[in-house]
Amino acid sequence: MTEVAQKKVASALAPLQLSGEHHLCPGCGHPVAWRILLEAISELGLEQRAIGVVGHGCYTNIVQLADIDFLQCLHGRAPAVATGVKRVHPDAAVFTLQGDGDVASEGLAEVLHTAARAERITTIMLNNGVFGDTGGQMTAASVVGQRTKTSLDGRDAETHGHPVPVAELVAALAGSAYVARGSVNNAGSIAKSKRYLKRALELSAAGAGFTFVEILTMCPTGWFLPTAEGPGYLEGTFEQTYPLGVLKDGPR
Amino acid sequence: MPAQLLQGSDAVARSAIEAGCRFFAGYPMLPFTDLLEAMARLMPGAGGVCMNAETEIEAVNMALGAGAAGARAATGSCGQGIALMQEAIAEAALNEVPFVVFNMARGQQDYFQATRGGGWGDYRTICLAPKDVNEAVEHTQLLFHLADLYRAPVMMYGDYLIGHTYMSVDMQRRDYGPLPPKDWALDGRRGGTGASRQIWTWAMGKANDPGPGPDLHWQRIAAKFEDVARAEQRWESELCDDADTVVVSFGSAGPFVSQVVAELRADGLRVGAFRPVSLWPFPETALAEACASARQVLVFEVNAGQMIDDVRLSVGHRVPVRPLGRVSIDFSGMRQGEILTVPWIRERVRAAMNETVMG
Repeated sequence: MTEVAQKKVASALAPLQLSGEHHLCPGCGHPVAWRILLEAISELGLEQRAIGVVGHGCYTNIVQLADIDFLQCLHGRAPAVATGVKRVHPDAAVFTLQGDGDVASEGLAEVLHTAARAERITTIMLNNGVFGDTGGQMTAASVVGQRTKTSLDGRDAETHGHPVPVAELVAALAGSAYVARGSVNNAGSIAKSKRYLKRALELSAAGAGFTFVEILTMCPTGWFLPTAEGPGYLEGTFEQTYPLGVLKDGPR
Repeated sequence: MPAQLLQGSDAVARSAIEAGCRFFAGYPMLPFTDLLEAMARLMPGAGGVCMNAETEIEAVNMALGAGAAGARAATGSCGQGIALMQEAIAEAALNEVPFVVFNMARGQQDYFQATRGGGWGDYRTICLAPKDVNEAVEHTQLLFHLADLYRAPVMMYGDYLIGHTYMSVDMQRRDYGPLPPKDWALDGRRGGTGASRQIWTWAMGKANDPGPGPDLHWQRIAAKFEDVARAEQRWESELCDDADTVVVSFGSAGPFVSQVVAELRADGLRVGAFRPVSLWPFPETALAEACASARQVLVFEVNAGQMIDDVRLSVGHRVPVRPLGRVSIDFSGMRQGEILTVPWIRERVRAAMNETVMG
């Protein structure tokens, strides 16, 4: 391979990534989100200030695969745990990495209280609308019509209620300084999501307040779809319920 | 340092700060509330943080985060609030994060909750039950030491009497010996060096430095708690050597029983008192020895009979073990009821002795 060609091909390993196995399925969006998160931390020069607090889900595996201090905590509790970490190390860049089951279902109180408190941390919610780790059940963020193992005919608002738009709730709180929702289903959205992550991490590390980035991720296994249909389903279904973009930049 | 006259909650808060506690999180609930208020008042001046958490679940998880970051951290509550915290107390036992839980209970009905725990997995919680404010001040400092020594959450079983009584206390810092360095604590500074750290109940480690995994990790934790059970039994024994009857009680019931024993001894009755200072590990060998010459063991506890299980496990079938207390709570539901008085206990001990020992 020539030198020119090498520059065009991304390194197989992201910065701060440790070489090792993971158990994620083909077509999963989480590894893309992991990668842009690690790139964002590295490009901001936060490697030796970053402390990650990680919830329970398929993404938890990052605790083994990234060369960053990590605390793996109870389901839903990451923002409270991160609060304790940040108050002890005010100069650290503290972030939580959680799924929609972790944030929208089990830990909605934690994320809203932490945002309202303007805690100087970043919460990253990987939203695939399904409990992937337990095999495809409905979360509080599953979209109407979505088939899961506990909504076999699709989520029906009359029976199962409506999805919780966490980003909009966080944006409504005065303590949040930055809220954005991105996706990882094509190159353009990946680049945008990475910009959102960099802005969010930069602002919370600088003390601006609580920042929140939701990233819609593909879960073809949990959506019961062929792998290649994941990105299209995400765009056609999830993006209709969860519009992409920056919801808030700067304290309200 | 001269003695100071302080209310129990204030004294415990000051003792915690003296011990180096710099992070506290709690949610109001009587009779724990006074400790939270004292911490909110005193912590900023000490350069620490006191969080009025939005739920007990968040309070205990904040303490877990602060403990994981290397601080001496604490939380507290009582009854239902402690019930909400059990998930995180168990988790911290299994991922080895130290912090202190001040359980300022509404009475003695939470012995099982404190000593058995309602969390998950193979874990135990060191639990000290002070008899008065002075001992609570001492236990506060000892608990921070034990938490760091064993990398585990630990608990104080206090109550309304401990929290609200004024007492002249000695606030000096106690030295319990050296502790291992907190080289496991997270500070973020080793990112990208290949030596970043991890706190994880499953102990899977990093791809470049694999951990033991849950099977071996949890076996090690079980072995650690076996060591704690042997090394950390604490008790107080009074006049048990020649006693026909030994009265066992815990926490703030202890001084009432001591007074009863003094009065009955003055009447010539051979009665002794035994108080487990550590509820877990329960001082089973010391209790069995204290009861060696006894013809009966009476258990005075202000509940339907909880500690009596541990007493029976300790003394076996050699000597009859009888309950002396009962459920007793005051009209507010916040503190011990009418049976926690010297006359009530004295007359029942005397009656039991007349029946068994004299009869």
